[in-house]
Order: sequence, then C-alpha cells, then structure tokens
Amino acid sequence: MTEIRFTVDGRPCLAKPGQTIVEAAKANGVYIPVLCHYEGLKPAGSCRICTVRVAGRYMAACTQPVTEGMAVENTAPDLEDMRKSLIEMLFVEGNHFCPACEKSGNCELQALGYRYRMLAPRFPYLWPVRTVDAGTPLVLLDRNRCVQCLRCVRGVRAKDGRKIFASVRRGPRVAIEIDHKLAAKLTEEEARRAMDLCPVGAILRKETGFVRPIGRRKFDHTPIGADVEKGIGR
Amino acid sequence: MGKKITIEPVTRVEGHGKVTIRLDDAGRVTESRFHVVEFRGFERFVQGRPYWEAPVLVQRLCGICPVSHHLAAAKAMDVVVGTGPGKLPVTAEKMRRLMHYGQMFQSHALHFFHLASPDFLLGLDADPAVRNVIGIIGLDKGLATQAVLMRKFGQEIILATAGKKVHGTGAIPGGINKNLAPEERDRFLKSPDGLTVDRMIEWARAAIELFKGYHAKNKDLVDGFAAFPSNHLSLVRKDGALDFYHGVLRAVDADGRKVLGDVDYQDYLSYIGEETRAWSYMKFPYLRSLGKAAGWYRVGPLARLNTCDYIPSPLAQKEFEAYKAYTDGKPNNMSLHTHWARLIELLHAAEVIKELLLDKDLQGGKLVRTGRRAPEGVGLIEAPRGTLFHHYRVSADDQITMANLIVSTTNNNESMNRAVDWVARNVISGRPEITEGMLNRVEVAIRAYDPCLSCATHALGRMPLEVTLVDAAGRVRQRKVR
Repeated sequence: MTEIRFTVDGRPCLAKPGQTIVEAAKANGVYIPVLCHYEGLKPAGSCRICTVRVAGRYMAACTQPVTEGMAVENTAPDLEDMRKSLIEMLFVEGNHFCPACEKSGNCELQALGYRYRMLAPRFPYLWPVRTVDAGTPLVLLDRNRCVQCLRCVRGVRAKDGRKIFASVRRGPRVAIEIDHKLAAKLTEEEARRAMDLCPVGAILRKETGFVRPIGRRKFDHTPIGADVEKGIGR
Repeated sequence: MGKKITIEPVTRVEGHGKVTIRLDDAGRVTESRFHVVEFRGFERFVQGRPYWEAPVLVQRLCGICPVSHHLAAAKAMDVVVGTGPGKLPVTAEKMRRLMHYGQMFQSHALHFFHLASPDFLLGLDADPAVRNVIGIIGLDKGLATQAVLMRKFGQEIILATAGKKVHGTGAIPGGINKNLAPEERDRFLKSPDGLTVDRMIEWARAAIELFKGYHAKNKDLVDGFAAFPSNHLSLVRKDGALDFYHGVLRAVDADGRKVLGDVDYQDYLSYIGEETRAWSYMKFPYLRSLGKAAGWYRVGPLARLNTCDYIPSPLAQKEFEAYKAYTDGKPNNMSLHTHWARLIELLHAAEVIKELLLDKDLQGGKLVRTGRRAPEGVGLIEAPRGTLFHHYRVSADDQITMANLIVSTTNNNESMNRAVDWVARNVISGRPEITEGMLNRVEVAIRAYDPCLSCATHALGRMPLEVTLVDAAGRVRQRKVR
C-alpha cells in the first residue's frame, strides 16, 4: 500500500490511504484536539474543535481525508484561539459546574479547557434551563452538561441495532432524548460504555459517582493529548 | 431605554453580619439583633440532583470545614443506600474519621491562632491595624509559624483521605473511594521535616497552656464576658464519650440535667424545631420539648464538653478533668471558655489521628457496601463549630427531592444574639458613642462561637460588621461599618 506524504505545521508525516487528518496526525505523534470524534465511530464533524487550515481553507480534521502533499496548519495562533473560543462557547451555552460533577478529572471538555488555558469565557453565560432524565435503571442523562457531540447517538445501540439516544429539535432547543424502553434493557457493561463514550458528564452510570479517587483520574497528571504526543496513542 | 434589574439579596455572598442596637430616650439598650443577611439556596438547588452527588455538591457551602458537609451528606446517603450507622466497612468508617479529625484539628488551630488569639495576645483595645494574624507574626514569629504548620498538618490529613485539601471526594454513599497507603501514613508518623503527629500533640498541649496562662491573668474577662446560662446540645458516643463523627443526640440544661436523652438522630424532627424570624435569613432552632422560648441551645466545643461524660484519649481527658473541675463538674456557660474547650478538642483530635494512623484497618481493601434502599436519610456530625444536620429525601429514580440542612452556626443563632445583647447591655448601654473597642467586643462575643458566616469572616479576623444605633423615635443616631 502506497503511503501518502503530507505535513503538519511543516513536519513531514506519512498517512495510509483513506486516513483522516486526525487519524494520520495521531499516528505520527501529532495531537489535533477532538471532542465529538471517537475512535471506531463514524466521524460527525459537528464540534469543529479539530479545525485545521489547508491552503487557506478551514476544514474539520476528523472528517477530511489526507491527500498527497497536503500542508496542514494545526497550531497557528489564530487557529488555537479559535479552538479556545469554541471551547468557551460550549461552556457558556450549557450548565457546566465542574466542582460537583463526577466526571471532573475524566471530562474531555474540562481537559480541553485546561489545555487551552481557559480562565474565564469571553462570552456571556446563557444559563439555559435544561432537565435531567433519571427514568432508566442504570443510566442518568443530565442535559445541563450535554455538548451535542452525538457520540451517544452514533455509538449506543440496542442488540437489534436500534439507537437508544436520539437528537431532537433544532437550534438552541436541540436536545438528546433517551428511549426508556430500550435503555431499560442495557446491561451493566453497555451502561458503562455509554458513560465512557460521553466526553462530558451528561451520561452517567448511576450509583457509581466519585468511585475513582482524585489522583487516579484520567487527566489528573497529564493533559489531554499528552498520550498522542508521547507516541502512546499511536 | 434600558431597564435596571436589582437582585436582593445577593446570593452566595460570604460573611455579612449585621448588628442593630435600639436605645430608649435615656440611651439605654432596649433591643439588639445579630442579623445574617446571606442567602445561599443549597437546599433548593440540590433538588433534582442524583443522590451520590450530594456529598461533593453540598460541601461547597464552606471553604473552612467542607469535610463536615461532605461527611454529613455521605452519612445521610449511607442510610439511603442501606448502609446506615454501624454497617460501613471498617476501613471506610476509619478513613472518614481520620478525614474528620484532621479537619477538626486544622479548623480549631485556624480559629484559635489566626482569628481569636489577636484579641487575647494583642488586647481587645489594641489598634485594629495590628490586631490580626499579621500582628501575631510581629509579636511571636515562632508561635505564628507553629499555627500555620498545625493547620497545614490537618490539611495534609484531609489531602491523604479526600484527595484534595479543600473540597475533595473521599466519602461516597456506603463507603469511601480510597484507603490509606503505608507511604501516605508514614509521613505523618515520621516526617523528615518534623511535622509529625507527635509534634502536633506537643503543640496542642502548649496551646492549652497558653490559654490557661491568659486565663490566670484575666479571670474576670474570661469568666464574665458574655456569660449566660443555656441548654447545650451535641452528639455523644453511646457510652457518653466525646465523639465528633457519630453518636446519639444529647442535650443538657444550664444545670446539667438531661433535657434530651441520647436519642437516635434519624428522628431529629421529633426533637428539634426551627423558627423563622423576619429580620434574619438564619433560622432559630429549638428543642421541641422546651418550646420556642426556652428550648434554644448552644452547640460547638463548649456544648460538647458539657454534654459528654468523658474524652476517650488520655491527654485530652486529663485536661477535660481540670476543665470540669473549674465549674465543679457543672455545665460551663462562659462564652469565652469556648476557646479553652476548643483547645482541649484540638488535643483530642491529634491523639485520635495518631491512634487511627497506627490502625492497620486503614489499609483494608473493602471500601464500599450497599444494602436495601431507603427513601430518605439523616446524617449528623459534630463539625468544628457544632452539630450539623443533613436530611435528604430521594426518589426511586435516584434524584434528591428534599433537603434540609441545619448548620452549626444556625444552631448557635440565639446564643450569638444573646452574646451580642450581653455586650450591648453591659458595654454599650448608656454611652453616647460607639468606640472601636466597643465594636471589637461585639465581635469578640460573636467570634467565640467561630461562626461560619463566611470565609470572609475568617480572612483577617475582621468581619464586615455593621453596627447601627437607633434612638427611641427610630432615627439612626450612629452607624459604623467596616
């Protein structure tokens, strides 16, 4: 199989045919931040945190395949600031109270906030009124923390393939709904996977909050992306 | 045209106390009030949250003793998950105890040295510019350093048990999320920097001697200032021993008669009522059996040493015996003796920490246990400032539907008002002008109760206090704000 040559911020990299920029960059030890993207799921390109610039055009690195000779800009100051502003927008459009959230320390949005040194958002808080759906035995859906990444919609399915989570309504009223009948049949393992799939604290495996002590959480010691940069994520 | 929105009261504001004193035509005090004008709203916004979140969420009430709220909520949720008192894995209960006694140690050290000692060591009428912890550094650098290190030790214990010095996550419904690794334990027993538990015991004993020395030279002040009879309430261990983590609810009156006899706190609503008054956001709890007028009580170190029969650690017990002998075994109703009681508790906390550190149960592997679900639970704990009540109802879907919290400072509401009234009538009444020293005496009376109106209260030992003198016609004659 012929390898494709491309660069990220001038650094020569190699990709396999069909690989997206995110996948190929990761294989070369280059971190491009993602939030809605999850390995193994069809890319959605919805959050735009992975936005890179190629030949002056902005594109979602999680959906764009690499082409021969592509010169990707990843860490230009204006790109990084745009990513930071996207993270800030996600914080202000939901109700994200990290201090009491059991996903704190394991949350990808929080970890991105730290990585991009977000101190206070530049946008006003919207304080939306959102609801909690606790009506299924193993899983709790807290819409206050949802960032509409659609990972759950794409990745959590019943045994017959039907979707358990769905995105309903549009615009500022968009929300995730859960099929109570299907969710009632989730096994322990499936419920845990649903929680792990959610990048924030919107989907929780009930009754297990805070079992992992501070110091042993995913991002307690290294920032998000450090595994890719150290080559562990390849 | 824009519009103006006013929000009053401003919520989550820390530390605003207000005192009003009314005078008649002759300048005599007719009424005094200590208002707490903060509004927090935790009981409301915890509704709808999953029950396992409560211990981490509600501890944000406070930055000084969040461990108390963390553990009181966890104890209530233990009952909800069917692991009520006595059913926790032994490692979990002992880890929680270690966390709590660590907190008691740091909080008591903070209060005595940083907040209260400037009044004693520098004088009630000293220049307020130096009558603070900075002044203590100037007076005795060694003592000030010791105070900081004592607090640090307690905070390190909390870090080892809860994962963070402030607002950790250790306790979870039905248990704890970590045990104590031997290396974590050893640094408290034989730390290379000398900050060992034995050193803390030594320093706590020295603090008691410091207070005793001051007492010996200032008996009239320490014994007489804001002294008044009251009921006293606290948890005590089933055998009557002092216990900060768990026990039965006991109250004695000013003469030592039991007015509430060792009851299970799950039924606290049968014994404790809460009265609201229009001029303060803080409620006024009372013993139902004695009624609203006579049923008010004190909590905290003074109350605890009045309700308990003994202290289950040798050095603190010896100090307790001397303390009790001073009042011939009767309850102690002298407000400033709260500091003495607090220091005896400081010593006891250090002794218990040592006992726990040497206990191999802390390295156990069984951390959580759950049983049959219950729709509600009550958790009580002896916080540094006194008895803390947490009560929650939880739906079958795991969401909190009701929360009722009676915090230590609320329990002391009437007592602090009485203390302020004592100062008004004995220090201010009949005098035309409020002096700074007079203001400080109002604070000293309130401060003895170590009220957690706020972290700001604790910032430099000077509350943002407002004192208003109102004459018989309702006109404000003088107002001082600082």
